Amino acid sequence: MKTSLKIVPIMIALAFMTGCDKTGNTNKKKGALGTNAAEKVYVAPGEYDEYYAFVSGGFSGQLSVYGLPSGRLFKVIPVFSQDAEKAYGYNEETKPMLNTSHGFVPWDDSHHPDISQTNGSLDGRWVFINGNNTPRIAKVDLTTFETTEIIELPNSAGNHSSSFVTENTEYVVAGTRFSVPIPQKDMPIKEYKGNFKGALSFISVDPEDGGMDLKFQILMPGFNYDLAHPGRGASHGWFFFSTYNTEEASTLLEVNASQNDKDFIAAINWKKAEEYLKEGKGKKVPARYAHNTYNETTHMATSTMMEEVMTLDASELPGLVYLLPTPKSPHGCDVDPSGEYIVGSGKLSANLTVHSFTKMLAAIEAKSFEGDAYGIPILKFEDVLAGVVDQAGLGPLHTEFDGKGNGYTSFFISSEVVKWKLGTWEVIDRQPCYYSVGHIMIPGGNSRAPFGNYLLAMNKITKDRYLPTGPEVTQSAQLYDISGEKMELLLDFPTVGEPHYAAGIAADIVMKNSKKIFKLEENAHPFASKSEADTKVVRDGKVVHVYMTTIRSHFAPDNIEGIKVGDKVYFHVTNLEQDYDVPHGVSIIGANTSELLIMPGQTETFVWEPKEVGVWPFYCTDFCSALHQEMQGYVRVSPANSTLPLSWSVGED
Amino acid sequence: MKQYIYIFVLICSSIFISCGDGNTEKKSESIKIGTTPKEESPVTTQKSDASSMIDLTNKGIGPIKSLTLGATIDDALALKGQENFKLKCTACHKPDKKFIGPAPTGILERRSPEWIMNMILNPQEMVEKDPIAKQLLIDNNGSPMANQSLTEEEARSILEYFRTLK
Repeated sequence: MKTSLKIVPIMIALAFMTGCDKTGNTNKKKGALGTNAAEKVYVAPGEYDEYYAFVSGGFSGQLSVYGLPSGRLFKVIPVFSQDAEKAYGYNEETKPMLNTSHGFVPWDDSHHPDISQTNGSLDGRWVFINGNNTPRIAKVDLTTFETTEIIELPNSAGNHSSSFVTENTEYVVAGTRFSVPIPQKDMPIKEYKGNFKGALSFISVDPEDGGMDLKFQILMPGFNYDLAHPGRGASHGWFFFSTYNTEEASTLLEVNASQNDKDFIAAINWKKAEEYLKEGKGKKVPARYAHNTYNETTHMATSTMMEEVMTLDASELPGLVYLLPTPKSPHGCDVDPSGEYIVGSGKLSANLTVHSFTKMLAAIEAKSFEGDAYGIPILKFEDVLAGVVDQAGLGPLHTEFDGKGNGYTSFFISSEVVKWKLGTWEVIDRQPCYYSVGHIMIPGGNSRAPFGNYLLAMNKITKDRYLPTGPEVTQSAQLYDISGEKMELLLDFPTVGEPHYAAGIAADIVMKNSKKIFKLEENAHPFASKSEADTKVVRDGKVVHVYMTTIRSHFAPDNIEGIKVGDKVYFHVTNLEQDYDVPHGVSIIGANTSELLIMPGQTETFVWEPKEVGVWPFYCTDFCSALHQEMQGYVRVSPANSTLPLSWSVGED
Repeated sequence: MKQYIYIFVLICSSIFISCGDGNTEKKSESIKIGTTPKEESPVTTQKSDASSMIDLTNKGIGPIKSLTLGATIDDALALKGQENFKLKCTACHKPDKKFIGPAPTGILERRSPEWIMNMILNPQEMVEKDPIAKQLLIDNNGSPMANQSLTEEEARSILEYFRTLK
């Protein structure tokens, strides 16, 4: 949110003024007993929710998983930030996931999750999400709910108009927010205009294993690229990006980027891009970026540094990009389920602008251009306009669709969701949000077939809605029932911060594929111990490898001697359990990284560098069984010059 | 209130003491803290109640309703079973001595083939409902038999291996 909206102080002030008034009224009039809202969100003990909601963590860098309609939190999937709970980014296996061309970057700002699609419908195989700050795209595998791939984006800066998939997941598309010198170089900031460029990245996804590959980047004029959505149906093959700062200002953007009456939605013909690539019109340029993959068989990640990227210059390749004038600094750029309408939310405008894909094609055919920007044709506003949702609210931000002919737009400044009709553009209903709603989500919203029962609003301010917790109050989302003509607020629920954007999917598509264990016989970790007979302790100079196993409720070995001060001890711990939901945890006193949390059949490694002689305990950190408290052991550490040989055992006195 | 706690503690400790009497006769007279056990560890000498329960008609609870063993041991299958046993079971079971759980040596003289298979394939329900399995859980310090997600085929091979342990 901080990254996307530039008039925050004014907006907050307005939200406070309007927001307070609304609570006062609503809370007093309608308690939970005034409606059957409680019944609608109640999921009885032991029963399942109808939808998964994947809600980005914003500045936490993670992706959280909730059930809808209950709003219950199931999991926080670590993506771009280290997580001591799951040892992600701390254990030896996952550290490479956070490697970048800038070195190890253990945090980011995660923004726009999107679920993979087949034939325009959600297939529930993967969730993709962007790291804004050090530009990266991550892929989360929905059989394990773990991050299995992260690709860095060169030439990109503030990776914001990301990460949205095409209707067969041909590409995950990621656009830069900042334009920068490409390639980077030492130059005066004031020479931005005309010299900086914006890179829009197309990352191909292997239909079999989901492997990502940065296929090409389209180099665009030096605007800011804010949000994006794919064409679908007839407009499949196109991708739409909202732009702002078409003024190309480098300072005080809150004023200087608001000068032009209209900015653009850029329509990218990516099928044309593929043709140009085939014709050899692409240009390979040097670019350093990390490509990190996690292997579920070796349970290890590897990081590969890539050296070049294919680029296509939009200014030089006719027919690749067209610009659709859109008032004023459009944020949301949303495509309806049919693929015909492209909705621009000009955040400094009170109106929503809806473009027609058919009209756009006709205008291109007729070569009816208003001019060009760096050689890219600008279409005429009136030629491509399908309609305007007039004076719908203040600060339009993002539109989702219910698949029944309606759009739902969030309005940040007036703190509300507005339902309107596609085609007639009339407003049907409006409901307040508490407060300052950012993005909204209808499960399946970015597809040909939304599940139009619920709408989730993600709010920027919660203020008086929850018990206070000091200056920082909880982050929050709100759930609306949109199955009827009028929307109905059902539920407030707290979320991991910041709930920036979300993607939702019917639970039955995902849950049937969820993995229960990792098969021990498939474990190909080079330091795995597949049975207690394989456990051992091996010295290699000052490096010691402990091959350890866990099962309810003991470690093997659990007594180790012969470790010396100054050693670097790797504990490679394999969980021998083959039963659902029986992870074990382990770490040792003074370990400078984190504990481990090892799934059944998995091997994980932590490093320990003992600094003092003594007998040091370790124990299971995940309550595993009735004898969990007995699951423990000792490591004897002798002086650096000790001649005590290595020994290890379990169950021997 | 204090009195109630007192009584509660008394009741609890009497339960513990009486349980302890039944199982660990060797060291029942007094609690000795700080001494090193001289003989074998109590784990190996502990007399299990379930080990004296012989029931060849109890088929247990689980997917295996009836199973007829071949007249002679299938050596190839037993070998496969030994491998599976090593991979999935030895963290808790040693072939010939009690470890976390009981030793499988001679188990076919105490249990039916179906019971053994069901204990491997359906341990959770077994320790909840089957009288022998329930007793085993108590005998083994409440350490549950882990479900190692074996297939019926794998469990059958382990059963064949058990036939070689006499």
